[in-house]
Amino acid sequence: MKDFNGEVLFLDRSDINTDEIIPARYLTEISKEALAPHLLEDLSLEEFDAATDIAGKRAVVSRANFGCGSSREHAPWALEVNGITVVIAAGFARIFRQNMFNCGMLAIELPEAEIDRLFSRFAGKPTHLETDFDAGRLTFHSEGDSETIPFTVSDFDRALVQAGGWVEYADARY
Amino acid sequence: MGKTIAEKIFEAHAVDRPTPDTWVLRLDAVFCHEITTPVAINDLVARGKDRVFDPAKIKAVIDHVTPAKDGKTAAQGKILRQWARRHGIKDFFDIGRNGVCHALFPEKGFVRPGYTVIMGDSHTCTHGAFGAFAAGVGTTDLEVGILKGVCAFRAPATLKLNIHGSLPAGVYAKDVILSIIGRIGVNGATNKVIQFEGPAVTAMTMEERMTLCNMAIEAGATCGICPPDRTTVGYLWPFIQDEFESPEAALAEYTRFAPDPDAVYDQVIDHDISELAPQVTFGYKPDNVKPVTEMAGTPIDQVYIGSCTNGRIDDLRVAAKVLEGKQIDPNVRGIVSPATPDIFKQALAEGIIATFMAAGFCVTNPTCGACLGMSNGVLADGEVCAATTNRNFNGRMGKGGMVHLMSPATAAASAIAGAIAQSPLFKTTEGSN
Repeated sequence: MKDFNGEVLFLDRSDINTDEIIPARYLTEISKEALAPHLLEDLSLEEFDAATDIAGKRAVVSRANFGCGSSREHAPWALEVNGITVVIAAGFARIFRQNMFNCGMLAIELPEAEIDRLFSRFAGKPTHLETDFDAGRLTFHSEGDSETIPFTVSDFDRALVQAGGWVEYADARY
Repeated sequence: MGKTIAEKIFEAHAVDRPTPDTWVLRLDAVFCHEITTPVAINDLVARGKDRVFDPAKIKAVIDHVTPAKDGKTAAQGKILRQWARRHGIKDFFDIGRNGVCHALFPEKGFVRPGYTVIMGDSHTCTHGAFGAFAAGVGTTDLEVGILKGVCAFRAPATLKLNIHGSLPAGVYAKDVILSIIGRIGVNGATNKVIQFEGPAVTAMTMEERMTLCNMAIEAGATCGICPPDRTTVGYLWPFIQDEFESPEAALAEYTRFAPDPDAVYDQVIDHDISELAPQVTFGYKPDNVKPVTEMAGTPIDQVYIGSCTNGRIDDLRVAAKVLEGKQIDPNVRGIVSPATPDIFKQALAEGIIATFMAAGFCVTNPTCGACLGMSNGVLADGEVCAATTNRNFNGRMGKGGMVHLMSPATAAASAIAGAIAQSPLFKTTEGSN
């Protein structure tokens, strides 16, 4: 299983699409590592600079319909090669969400009110995420503040993460 | 309890239910192109599992960047080409026979009502026009599909979209789907299947239904789907005439997948198009939609007519009708890309290509190229394109470029005007919006 703990990147907008996560002009790369410098390159968002804000991050918190648009698995790959293995959002596009679990990564959906609270309490401050996958708990820490939020993933998604991804799961069964 | 089309297809293809909400489906077709497949191929090779579940059910095409533009795209084509050869994949379409996957594969008769289809491409939802469950997937799902012939999906909640009325003159399937996305939003059908029904859908050709289903993903839908009917059978007849005694027999078989009258829907939306006017997008989301009149006069640098949404013969015919005897604005670069070789040949035979060229358009070979900013018409920073494609995301056709989505008629009229313009084929009536 991958490591789901570390510093959090807050992306304060709904409908962040896969072209913004990794532009199509980099889809000619065959190696996942080659995507690393281009993560979120086309995302134009106030208080976000891809050149300085991604380094060292392990998790993303965002809003509704994260990962909409293209089916490109290059989006989760571009996150992964930058060390980001978990995205927490108010909702996900179907294909992006499936791609995350298929790669053994986490796409955790939380109610909008909880996402709002996370943004107002932690965005703009150095924030550390601690994930207890077995217990289904996310704990956010920033200086002098912390909050624990329960999460659920379906039994099938949990099995994919534990197996290391869909290829491993399917190969063992079908 | 009655069932929707998707529920019937799921039940007919279920091989496993690992949890009550998860369906692992047997696949009737796995489609592949050179952008998302090579990574899957390399991974299978690295795992010592370089096999395919059934070479006859795998169809592959080089379409996104063709002819190759550089060493990287040449390598992607080479990986796909060699893989198709070593596994005996007969339906592999390379230079000279290749075209945009979602236009080419239907043309070859590869999709039938009731089929399950996946491809590593989000616009795979196009094939739902045939009454199939067709979904875009990532590379890992594609990889397992190639190896095992299965894919996992959540239980399909269905949004039934009843389209009432008939298309006004000069208004097209593209305007209809833009108006629907504008209404329900880019997140309006996430995790759902959109079942397009109603008199307007019944009246549509297969090509129009493909345009409709093509953009279901822009509302977040897993698939767009149209009930199979006589139009579906008529389109497929050249491919199925050996399997059935008569079109009626084919229809009887395919309507097994028609929705039951008492099917249960997650949501039902009634959408009337009798007063619809041509639509166009603004901004960077496909649900930023306005009537053309409200955007008229917006200057453009390029016009692109093509793609899996609107690169079919009827699209080129309509655009040529607008362009006939006219010249495009000298400050506009016009690019037309017939979506398949057969469409290109047909357009040549009908004089459509001559019309485009006389108007000042550049004609490219069939390819996805410009639509996603990969080749054959990439925008420079700050440039604006009027396009018949499906996505207006920031940077989609080139970093810093702006894309306005519209029908081929509107695109052709805009090319002449040098700015977004109403098509002369649309006659305004009072109360139209």
